[in-house]
Amino acid sequence: MEKTLNNKAWFMVLPVLFIVALNAIVPLMTVVNYSVQDTFGNNVFFFEGTRWFTEVLHSGRFHASLQRQFLFTFTILVIEIPLGVAIALTMPRRGFWASVCLVLMALPLLIPWNVVGAMWNIYALPDIGLLGYGLNWLGFNYDYTQQPTAAWFTVILMDVWHWTSLVVLLAYAGLRSIDDNYYRAAQIDGASRWAVFRHIQLPKMKHVLTIAILLRFMDSFMIYTEPFVLTGGGPGNATTVLSIDLVKAALGEFNLGVAAAMSIIYFLMTLLVCWLFYTIIMQGEKE
Amino acid sequence: MTLELRNVSKRVGAELHISEVNLTLEKGSQNVLLGPTLAGKTSLMRLMAGLDRPTDGDILVDGKSVVGVPVQKRKVAMVYQQFINYPTLSVYENIASPLRVAGADGATVDRKVRGAAELLKLTPFLERLPLHLSGGQQQRTAIARALVKDAGLVLLDEPLANLDYKLREELRVELPRLFAESGAIFVYATTEPHEALLLGGATATLSEGRVTQVGTTIDVYSRPCDLVTAQTFSDPPLNVVPMQKSGGRLSYDGKSIATPTGTETLADGLYKVAIRPHHLLLHRPPGESIEVQATVSATEITGSESFVHVEHGGSRWVALTHGVYRLEIGDRVAVFLDPTGFLVFDAEDRLVAAPAAAVRQTAGRA
Repeated sequence: MEKTLNNKAWFMVLPVLFIVALNAIVPLMTVVNYSVQDTFGNNVFFFEGTRWFTEVLHSGRFHASLQRQFLFTFTILVIEIPLGVAIALTMPRRGFWASVCLVLMALPLLIPWNVVGAMWNIYALPDIGLLGYGLNWLGFNYDYTQQPTAAWFTVILMDVWHWTSLVVLLAYAGLRSIDDNYYRAAQIDGASRWAVFRHIQLPKMKHVLTIAILLRFMDSFMIYTEPFVLTGGGPGNATTVLSIDLVKAALGEFNLGVAAAMSIIYFLMTLLVCWLFYTIIMQGEKE
Repeated sequence: MTLELRNVSKRVGAELHISEVNLTLEKGSQNVLLGPTLAGKTSLMRLMAGLDRPTDGDILVDGKSVVGVPVQKRKVAMVYQQFINYPTLSVYENIASPLRVAGADGATVDRKVRGAAELLKLTPFLERLPLHLSGGQQQRTAIARALVKDAGLVLLDEPLANLDYKLREELRVELPRLFAESGAIFVYATTEPHEALLLGGATATLSEGRVTQVGTTIDVYSRPCDLVTAQTFSDPPLNVVPMQKSGGRLSYDGKSIATPTGTETLADGLYKVAIRPHHLLLHRPPGESIEVQATVSATEITGSESFVHVEHGGSRWVALTHGVYRLEIGDRVAVFLDPTGFLVFDAEDRLVAAPAAAVRQTAGRA
């Protein structure tokens, strides 16, 4: 089939290209610039090639924070996705209580991230915080400012509290899109509760759940504010995830080359995961 | 089994969805629930199935009340307007699902599934997923699932509404036959009068949650007991013309004819005369008729037939005629009200006269 080509259409793309160049490509190129050079101040730069990349990739510190990052992301996904689906399943399908539940569910999502961090910081303090004091009163030896496990527990609990709602809302939207007649048909068939979940609800939620996993992965992989406010990466380096480590390197130690190389590796990893998800979703669409 | 509904009402909140319905459906009978959208067809079916509990009244199977018996324990199968199948199961497993729940052995399952698939022309698609099939095949899968269940009560809620014309024609012919052998009570809900006529059997017309009339389909069509029933059972809509009877004459708009057969004995007064579109004529009939000059407001031409919408004295009528009529909007046409098609209703909308000719005509057509 013969197509009419009009190259003038490219001009329409120019404004977008311009804006994207200014707010994404130029800053990114600056980072690329730093990642291959070294400086001792006064805006004098020396070309270093791949030195920073090699250094970062071989550094035990980077490996450790990357491991912590994956452990964190994996843990919260394993908790938040099933928990979110479970909560969505128990929510009423319609009526007054459905609206009440939705508003309650949305509340944590409306709180600014640093406020969440600050809230939990105080809430979990063993001497004055309700959670911290309560746990100690119950006989647990809990102090997240001193014990790595306690710190991890608190960071994960905080993230679950803050973000499970997002999974709930997405799963709930997926559930709501199921025609009532599916349930009636299953009821007439005499299908069990599990069969209804396995063969009707889960397949119908597949798309929103993929998106929920993608969103939660991206967000948790780049998490900074909440753990920074809550633990500052401590005690020691126990909760120093990638982004916290990155900021330490860039602004704390002013190690611009190393930080820039880390940023780019970090960016490529995120991009890779995004691409993986995109492929999976597109594959699903085709079916 | 025999299904009996006694004074069944269903109230949801302040709304009355079903109002004092009395129906008896015999084993092996074919029944049509005819009514416009929101008339209560689905609500009534859900009560019959046992998905909902009636607020009032009793539902009996073979003389025993089944109110409160959960739907899984009743022998019911239902097919919906939407194509409802398990999305992750193959066509084979979908059809097998009610048998698996019932705990049938592998050989029985296989025999029944293949039998049903053969009847519904699904054999080549047994290993596919429902979503990879056409709408017609998806609905066939749902019907096959209802068929293997060997239910005593088969409820079909506008099963063909989402299918295209050809598939609908095809399945409509097959459906009653498929379930006839099983001896099940077959209930078919539809909004389309011609679908009810094509299915035959018995028809119950519904309007605003009430059953307005029950009877053999042809009887209900030719002798609707009231105006609402007549309107429910007419598509395109019924033309309702107010006429005055005085002495031996029936008059409208200054013109009158001798009272047609069946209306001679009626008291003098104002009546509502309903005329089905095919009795509103654009050419002079052989006998006496009322001629009215009307303005064309629209014509819809299907090829073999034309729907001519006309306006007269503030009311809109529609005439259904054979062949193609080339009429422009605003044209003046002569319209003939043919007394052989008059359904006469009194001031309370009750039928007082239906011409014998109308009965003969419909009986002849069916």
